[in-house]
Amino acid sequence: MAVSVHFSAELRMLTGGIASLELDAATVRSLIRQLDERYPGIGERLTTTGMAIAIDGDIVADALFEDLPDGAEVHFLPALSGG
Amino acid sequence: MSIADDPATDAPGYKWVGSRPIRPDGFDKVTGRAKFGADHYLPGMLEGHTVRSPHAHARIVSIDTSAAERVPGVKAVVTGADFPAVEGDAMARNVPHNSIARDKVLYEGHLVAAVAATSREAAKAGAEAVVVEYEVLPHVLTAAEATAEGAPLLHDDMITNGIDPAPEQPSNIYQRNILARGDLDKGFADADVVVEREFITKPVHQGYIEPQACVADTTPDGHTTLWVSSQGHFAMRDFSAQVLGWDITRVKAIAAEIGGGFGGKTVTYLEPIAIKLSAKAGRPVKMVMTRAEVLKATGPTSGSRMRVKMGARGDGKFTAAEIVLEFEAGGYPGSPVMPAAMTCLAPYDLENFSVEGFDIVVNKPRSAAYRAPGGPISSFAVESVVDMVAEELGMDPIDLRLTNAAVEGTQAPYGPKLPRIGMVETLEAVRDHPHYSAQLGPNQGRGVATGFWFNAGMNSSVVVHVNPDGTATVVTGSPDIGGSRASMALFAAEELGIDMELIRPVVADTETVGFNDVTGGSRVTHATGAAVVEACRLIVADLRARAAKTWDVDIDEVEWVDGQAQKTDGSEAPLSLKDIAGKWDRSGGPISAAFTHNARGAGPAFSTQVCDVEVDPDTGVVTVVRYTTAQDAGRAIHPSYVEGQFQGGVVQGIGWALNEEYVYGDDGRLQNASFLDYRIPVTSDMPMIDTILVEVPNPAHPYGVRGVGEVGIVPPLAAVANAVYQATGKRFTELPINPIRILEATMGE
Repeated sequence: MAVSVHFSAELRMLTGGIASLELDAATVRSLIRQLDERYPGIGERLTTTGMAIAIDGDIVADALFEDLPDGAEVHFLPALSGG
Repeated sequence: MSIADDPATDAPGYKWVGSRPIRPDGFDKVTGRAKFGADHYLPGMLEGHTVRSPHAHARIVSIDTSAAERVPGVKAVVTGADFPAVEGDAMARNVPHNSIARDKVLYEGHLVAAVAATSREAAKAGAEAVVVEYEVLPHVLTAAEATAEGAPLLHDDMITNGIDPAPEQPSNIYQRNILARGDLDKGFADADVVVEREFITKPVHQGYIEPQACVADTTPDGHTTLWVSSQGHFAMRDFSAQVLGWDITRVKAIAAEIGGGFGGKTVTYLEPIAIKLSAKAGRPVKMVMTRAEVLKATGPTSGSRMRVKMGARGDGKFTAAEIVLEFEAGGYPGSPVMPAAMTCLAPYDLENFSVEGFDIVVNKPRSAAYRAPGGPISSFAVESVVDMVAEELGMDPIDLRLTNAAVEGTQAPYGPKLPRIGMVETLEAVRDHPHYSAQLGPNQGRGVATGFWFNAGMNSSVVVHVNPDGTATVVTGSPDIGGSRASMALFAAEELGIDMELIRPVVADTETVGFNDVTGGSRVTHATGAAVVEACRLIVADLRARAAKTWDVDIDEVEWVDGQAQKTDGSEAPLSLKDIAGKWDRSGGPISAAFTHNARGAGPAFSTQVCDVEVDPDTGVVTVVRYTTAQDAGRAIHPSYVEGQFQGGVVQGIGWALNEEYVYGDDGRLQNASFLDYRIPVTSDMPMIDTILVEVPNPAHPYGVRGVGEVGIVPPLAAVANAVYQATGKRFTELPINPIRILEATMGE
């Protein structure tokens, strides 16, 4: 399952400036594990500080167990609620 | 007025969805029977009273409660020492220390102690007898003061996040965020017009009519029942347990009716205090805030300082935007600067931009969510600059926005590509409305602005029961703020095929239904509504299975039509829901279905608004003479309540633009802590707010719903400011645009 991952300007501080990359991952958890192996510390940032994930434009909070469709475009962004 | 997108394919003939029945809770609300937070009474109940800091910033040297405990009628006193210590940084301290101060007070009104007594008067006397010794510290009230060299620090251990390398010294900046894409230098080099301005906004309050109120009844076994007016009784349960250091199961929260929240009742204030007082006294305790407490210690949303620079080509295409947002978080971090950054450019397709946000603590009440948190603030700045760009280019402001409008597939500034949206449709709806071309009178001006809000999904749990008499009970855990009982009943009636009058929607307590996130983020009609739809579909499948058993046929030979099971070949007389429900015990037991989900697919919402104002040149008073709002609702389940949400957001935005602000003295104390001096708009201030219901269905919801509660407040600040500019020729970049500012700007002309 090849997915494209896109990092915000803030997360790029943890990726050495890399803005996007492609990985094989079937779930969000698998994706985050792989990212943490590449960029140590990013896993904690993505799982413990109120991050949400957009999978093909659909924003999901607490998305660790979400499946990733083949070819998905993934963005990490701050978790939001509202008023 | 309603505009449906592709009505031939997107507006199926619903029987109930889209109708305007009286809300199920309407009779109780208008006859005074509905119980709000302060309406609950229990035998032996005590009244609570608070002790709050008179100082904006001070160290608590000591608290002596001995005299208070001797006041006749006083049964319990609590201070921060009665609550568990908190490990962690300023964000970790946020909820527990804002609930009750420990070593420092960070704003005037910060809770220091509380007293429960047999009467309100005794509780007040007890509170007055609490002796608190303070070491007063210098304070900071604005982002500029808080970030100045040598500014006093609110949190000695706060190191700014989001800066690489991390600073070595603490500051009042909790977080720096940045969104960026493209090449700013190239973008501005390509521009034929560049406009840059600085903007200032003040903290404003959500202005709900009902103050925070709760009743806690803690029993000797250490469990408590909490009646609470809030936007989420599950959240109140969880926050209270956190502050108390209790297991969640020790708190059962019951949702009282709520007299307004607008985001301000998504956070806890009195609840853990009342629970602890009740535990100490061994009796129920009621706590109700005064209006002054509400204004001094709850809400508000952030004040801000912002700089916006935008460039555009001669044909109107935006080439670049550079934005810096400094938001006041109040005493603890957590301002809405990030959503402000994410929303302000979202209406537009823009290649090159940078939005930098700073979350800054100041000695004011901790900010709380307020309807589309942060969006109105940053959009005030951006939409004002867009208006200036239009003027520089000599373009109609709606044409300029259409030239740059985000559409399906546009990459949003916060990252992902946008799904199907109705931005263009709202712009066209306003452009084509008679209001937009109507003649203006003397001293009048017309302004336009647009706005975006994400909308949220989040977690919802529901249970639907079919009763033996053919009625149904829909159990949710989402407090009904804007008419959600009616929407849930309409969904159930549509799915089950029975009369809405036969549906009983119930908001259940935290022990009766699964977890529900707060009623906020414009999420309930979307997320809880979708859960009701799915639960009803499980019910229908069950009803079809029972009919199939009755006829001794396969379930595939049974369909559900208009509230009846029908055999596909027509060889059996249909069985109604009531027929099947009446034989529940002989066909498989109770008919009930639960559905829970972490909802996805909250469709983003857009609103475009046009405002006409008249400015009195002698007094500086601005009167809104005409206002029209077009908003994409996806699908309006109950159009009256949808229109009400549109109008409510606009009115709050007008108040923000023209009247409302927190006014502080040099001593750091709030000068206008009452509704006499903090003036929200009233009906007589407003024209009729005309609504245009745009319906571009959200493909991710079974009925096409988009949340409608929030985006309506995003455009008014700029729409009003742009209209005042057209009326006066003066550009106002600081809110509110009150008569003093108008006269200062126009004096001598």
